[in-house]
Amino acid sequence: MARIAPPIDMTPMVDLAFLLVTFFMLTATAIPDEPVTVDTPSSVSEIKLPENNVMTITIDKDSRVFFNVDGQFTRAELLGKIGERYGIAFTENETKTFAIISSVGVPIGSLKQFLALNPEQRKSITQPGIPSDSAQNELADWVLQARLSNPRLRIAIKGDRDANYGTIKKVIDTMIDRKVNRFNLITNMEKGS
Amino acid sequence: MAELGGDGGGKKKKGGKVRAKKGSTRIDMTPMVDLAFLLLTFFVMTTTLNKPQTMEITMPEKPKPGDEMPEINEKNVMTVVLADDNKVYWYMGITEPVAEKADYSAEGIRKILLQKKAELPKLVVLIKAMDESKYKNMVDIMDEMNISSMQRFALVDITDTDVQLVKEAQAL
Repeated sequence: MARIAPPIDMTPMVDLAFLLVTFFMLTATAIPDEPVTVDTPSSVSEIKLPENNVMTITIDKDSRVFFNVDGQFTRAELLGKIGERYGIAFTENETKTFAIISSVGVPIGSLKQFLALNPEQRKSITQPGIPSDSAQNELADWVLQARLSNPRLRIAIKGDRDANYGTIKKVIDTMIDRKVNRFNLITNMEKGS
Repeated sequence: MAELGGDGGGKKKKGGKVRAKKGSTRIDMTPMVDLAFLLLTFFVMTTTLNKPQTMEITMPEKPKPGDEMPEINEKNVMTVVLADDNKVYWYMGITEPVAEKADYSAEGIRKILLQKKAELPKLVVLIKAMDESKYKNMVDIMDEMNISSMQRFALVDITDTDVQLVKEAQAL
């Protein structure tokens, strides 16, 4: 005898599903696309990085330096200040582009061309990194102007585990020269042990 | 059906009949549920649950000219040199030191640090990293400081003497 399945009321399940969808939608922050992949070293430290007001200095394994700061308003203001400092006038469009992209790793001189590219091109080109030598230290200006734009910034250094210490030292020295004595090193969880 | 009104009252009865025939208002929710779970899966997958960990470090300010340096007994000073071969070399004091080799494992430098710390309560550790050493090494040694709850340590620039000492130790 064929039995007809009794109808199940799906309403509570749907309610729950949509509740979860809403929750994840609201809490989700899109993973920002970084120009380089950085494999951070592991440590036992369990301090979490704050969610906003973070300036990230990324150092990849080829010792290129990238700079990133969060907050669209901060970024827009920062670009204006950098332009003033270097005598480059950025258009409104360029400021808008700069506000929404993530890390930059080009010298300030070629920043205008970099901003003129479309997102795909920007992803495909290899960025040379921000000059941070003592002769031409643009990183110092980035840090200084970013802190002027947003005084509550915390500084995080995200180095690749295989980056040379020499480069890290250059970056840290740049910070200390600018009276920044406190910063965070981004690490990931210690595996095993 | 094609009832567009103005047909007169005669049809009213028929309209009532149609209403009576109306089936249940239950709708098939399956596609909606499918969509809901699809979205749910998507957001679960893309959410970054783990925020990055950080290690907070505070570097000392650059000494101003005229600042007095605190004096410490050289017996209490342990120098740890991070070399370019993923190994760590250490020595005590500054008079005729001999560097010894250790690695970053729990049996290596951690054991030595804990042992020295037990011997000398006023131990000061100077960390000197060679430019060719890896960033990982620096984070590892900071971690060891944390694990062995070292109170006083500093990250200082490497000198030629240290490089020389490491070279000698490496040649052994």
